[in-house]
Amino acid sequence: MDSTVTTATEENVWGGGNRPLGASYGKLMMWFFLVSDALTFSGFLAAYGFSRFKFIETWPIADEVFTHVPFFHGNYPMYYVAFMTFILIMSSVTMVLAVDAGHKLKKNAVIWYMFLTIIGGAIFVGSQAWEWATFISGDHGAVETRGGRILQFVKADTGERAALADFAKTIPGERTEHERKNGIWFFNEGYVPSYSLEEVVEGFKANPNVLIRTETINDDHQKIVLSRDESLAKLKNATQVVEGANLIHNEYGSRLFADFFFFITGFHGFHVFSGVVINIIIFFNVILGTYERRGHYEMVEKVGLYWHFVDLVWVFVFTFFYLV
Amino acid sequence: MAHEHKLEIFRGLLKFKSNTQKIWGVLIFLTVITTIEVALGITKPKSLTHSYFLGMKVLNWIFIILTLVKAYYIAWDFMHLRDEKSALRRAIVWTPIFLVAYLIFILLFEADYIYNVFKYGFVTWNF
Repeated sequence: MDSTVTTATEENVWGGGNRPLGASYGKLMMWFFLVSDALTFSGFLAAYGFSRFKFIETWPIADEVFTHVPFFHGNYPMYYVAFMTFILIMSSVTMVLAVDAGHKLKKNAVIWYMFLTIIGGAIFVGSQAWEWATFISGDHGAVETRGGRILQFVKADTGERAALADFAKTIPGERTEHERKNGIWFFNEGYVPSYSLEEVVEGFKANPNVLIRTETINDDHQKIVLSRDESLAKLKNATQVVEGANLIHNEYGSRLFADFFFFITGFHGFHVFSGVVINIIIFFNVILGTYERRGHYEMVEKVGLYWHFVDLVWVFVFTFFYLV
Repeated sequence: MAHEHKLEIFRGLLKFKSNTQKIWGVLIFLTVITTIEVALGITKPKSLTHSYFLGMKVLNWIFIILTLVKAYYIAWDFMHLRDEKSALRRAIVWTPIFLVAYLIFILLFEADYIYNVFKYGFVTWNF
């Protein structure tokens, strides 16, 4: 695989064999793919920016959405995402070390570094799954208005967020279950929130310590909290209770936020997942000695390019979803 | 396959003895940048969140610039773009930069226009 020496006079341009970019066919094709994939991700992130600028005054504040760390209770914004970022950068480093060891034809070193890369990728995908689960199951709960806006609740004395369970009343009542015999195309009953709207509204009226927090952001970059009278008036617009987030309802605020979160981190997570699978295939090929016999480890280098690209994309997702 | 590595970063300010050493050096640099980002994101200094440049918070500009710095070192040192021929490097880097800059420009302008329609037009949406 030595570089082809071409001289200006004797070169046969269309005869093949010359490599003006000094890279092999496989590597060039990997770069082709990565550039097009980069444009895809840029399209998603630009669309996210579009929606965000459109609703710049009501967009959710990421620090208040992603506040959880596994095994710890309390409010820890960003620490876990920072950890995930570090894991991915670290696995990028082990990958580039594997490529480096491949250049030196050190088979055992390549095996170990590939193994560590796979572990790092698995930890990252697992963390992302946990992040999704936390986001979907929700935090404090909220109510949605007729206009599709979200009203959250805060405690008047401390300013902390109030969960629905903190103030909602339990009102005994009959609820007719939707059953198979009543449905034409029945799958299941669908999701029922832990408190009905009536229970939340009555609990709110009975508890003067609870105020409503709107989606609107003031000049101080805080969500606007209404006074008690404004809150009571605003609550009349409520149509349903929302807990957690899905593609249609989102207790954290604008539903587009949840849609983009699922779409962009999901698409990225899918890339990480396929990266791990490809890494595992190459890992076994290295163990079997495929590249040892081939005489070079260029395949590790190509897979490495893909893996670094995944890291590169995450750097941008991290910034635009969690920091900015 | 390019076996020769360019071992200098920061325009020759820092020269490493081997490729492995350079990789660890770049890791330390990327970790420091990420730490700065997270620290700024948690503390949110008032001087940076309440001052604006081109309609965006200075803090957000810092985040975006630090992100581009990180992207540069990932592409240049982890993806070995530093060792590739400049023609390949330019084809890879400038194609997306040109297209994405254009896309961001038109989309954000359009979004700001719609924001103003929502704000000053005769449309009620926040109720």
